[in-house]
Amino acid sequence: MDHSRRHTPPKRPHPDTLAVHAGQSPDPATGARAVPIYQSASFVFPDADTAAALFNMEVPGHVYSRLSNPTVAVLEERMAALEGGVGAIATASGQAALHLALVTLMGQGGHVVASASLYGGSHNLLQYTLPRFGITTTFVPARDLDAWRRAIRPETRLLFGESVGNPSVDVLDIPSIAAIAGENGVPLLVDATVTTPMLGQPLQQGAHLVMHSATKFLSGHGVVIGGVLVDGGRFDWLASRKFPTLTEPYEGFHGMVFSEESTASAFLLRARREGLRDFGACMAPMTAFQVLQGIETLPLRMPRHVDSTLKVAEFLSKHEAVERVHHPSLASHPDHALAARLYPRGCSAILSFELKGGRDAGRRFIEALTLFSHLANIGDAKSLVIHPATTTHFRMDDRALAAAGIGPGTVRLSIGLEHPDDLIEDLGRAIYSSQKN
Amino acid sequence: MQFIVQGYPAFAYTGGRPYVAQEPAIVFVHGAAFDHSVWQWQSRYLANHGFTVLAIDLPGHGRSPGAVRESIGDMAEWIAALLESAGLTRAAVVGHSMGSLVALETALRHPTKVWKLALVGTSAPMLVGEPFLAAAADHDPAGLDMEATWGHARSVALAASPVPGAFLYGASRALNGQSQPGVLAADLKACNTWQPDMAKVRALDLPTLVAVGKRDQMTPAKAGYALAKEIRGAKVVTLDAGHSMMSEAPTALLKALREFLGHSPPP
Repeated sequence: MDHSRRHTPPKRPHPDTLAVHAGQSPDPATGARAVPIYQSASFVFPDADTAAALFNMEVPGHVYSRLSNPTVAVLEERMAALEGGVGAIATASGQAALHLALVTLMGQGGHVVASASLYGGSHNLLQYTLPRFGITTTFVPARDLDAWRRAIRPETRLLFGESVGNPSVDVLDIPSIAAIAGENGVPLLVDATVTTPMLGQPLQQGAHLVMHSATKFLSGHGVVIGGVLVDGGRFDWLASRKFPTLTEPYEGFHGMVFSEESTASAFLLRARREGLRDFGACMAPMTAFQVLQGIETLPLRMPRHVDSTLKVAEFLSKHEAVERVHHPSLASHPDHALAARLYPRGCSAILSFELKGGRDAGRRFIEALTLFSHLANIGDAKSLVIHPATTTHFRMDDRALAAAGIGPGTVRLSIGLEHPDDLIEDLGRAIYSSQKN
Repeated sequence: MQFIVQGYPAFAYTGGRPYVAQEPAIVFVHGAAFDHSVWQWQSRYLANHGFTVLAIDLPGHGRSPGAVRESIGDMAEWIAALLESAGLTRAAVVGHSMGSLVALETALRHPTKVWKLALVGTSAPMLVGEPFLAAAADHDPAGLDMEATWGHARSVALAASPVPGAFLYGASRALNGQSQPGVLAADLKACNTWQPDMAKVRALDLPTLVAVGKRDQMTPAKAGYALAKEIRGAKVVTLDAGHSMMSEAPTALLKALREFLGHSPPP
């Protein structure tokens, strides 16, 4: 079988165009060109038969905004187009997107193999909260492919990692881990919050599912909380024989077998018809509108974020008061070559570094910054700074912190859209202050 | 629901209803490298409104094992055998794209088994462009891109989907991508080599609906109109959609089918 691309596919819109248009037609009711905010809980049924048909999923359409909403649907379709998926579900937060994926795929007894290098909130959910509901996780070093293989058990239902880890900025080898997932009949879910579809598309690299915290670069301005879950539609749920939630009759929806109903979209169907319906972590239409506004400029913003990050990384790496800088653009980073292969346009506007002088120097540094805002977020137009060991990852013990690549003095930066020279000047002054006793 | 057809298991989606071999029945036939799920927004409704529904997976497609049938005629014989296995004397046969040829051929070969005929996104003959045939023959991903791109109106890439949260290109491409290697090439070859017996088509005496997508890039509207002219009394409905009318204009297509098949009240 020859899988090489010897034939030319038809022309399709570029990602920049999809970011502005995909999922939206001018409003049929008013002609509005911008995405209207359908701030309505419910939608009128034209007649009793259509009402019954909508409830029984015989016809498509909107019923109640917990299940679907026209404004939210634009965001879902736009993200599916940008990621190359079959569809998407927008959620109340990135955490809600992860939770939705997990509970759609497994119940009590289910097991996850996850990268140890995760956002603290994801780690909390997997390490502390879900075991109470019978779902357990084995954390493995992101780069250790054998560890991924060894950790898979008969009850494993998902492999999970971040495209670029937060805050250690390690790069997930998506093609290799997707292959391991495929060999074991389980899907790979990638949290691509840090990279966004503008830098890389996990589904095209082999992942089966992708999620985002839309709070970050997608919306881009630090004004909303939201998440998105996209299905690539390539995983064969029936063949794996491990996902009865998708391949066996579901009593909660008239015995529906989701993989029969929709071969390529079974996962999203169950996630919407059960997960959104029952857990209810849906996205508000106003939030979807704001995320959409952000996505329209994402193709312009991401290169600027990345370019400025390269300049900052270079500055820090040459500074005598900085012990180490973690960013894949630097030749010293263990994922330098992998990042260049998977993310030729740059892979992250997040970087972390170790300041000489330990925890005290770190505190003085953060307090001396004027342009960087000290807060718990990434992916804002404004540059951000945080000390993970005492904030986002404070529940992790030293061993778990070390496994996630975080030291007691690690400082994480999220580089915004300010002029890079101003950022470097602010960092230089704060580093100088941090080294004074 | 599984039947045994020509010695092999055959899958048919029944619209979420238990199967009962009774009329009025509808057999839905999918296009090249697709499966029953392309009829999601028509089959489930009709199954819940008085019809016995069999949305089939042709051999070698979806959940039906066995060798892909290499000609439209062989596929039509398989449909006739399926009706027998399912205990149906006759059924309306609704086909899309390659499935429309299978439906038409079934009616030409077995007119007593076909109650009504609906051809969605059709053309006779159905010639396939050389680049598409070649890409499919080489199992090149470009073949899937061609089917997804030309299989929808150009505007679909940048428009709202009628199905909330669904990206129609992606869904179509993923479904094609799940088909076994060689299936797309075999199906396209079957379409390309099918020779309609136009004398028989003109002699056909069956209620027929031809659904035409006015923005169809694969079987252009004029080809649908031309075939409809050859079929005595054929009713034509033009939808504001491309080739994939089932997902691009699901409600309008369902309405056309309901009016054509006769709207039955819910049981």
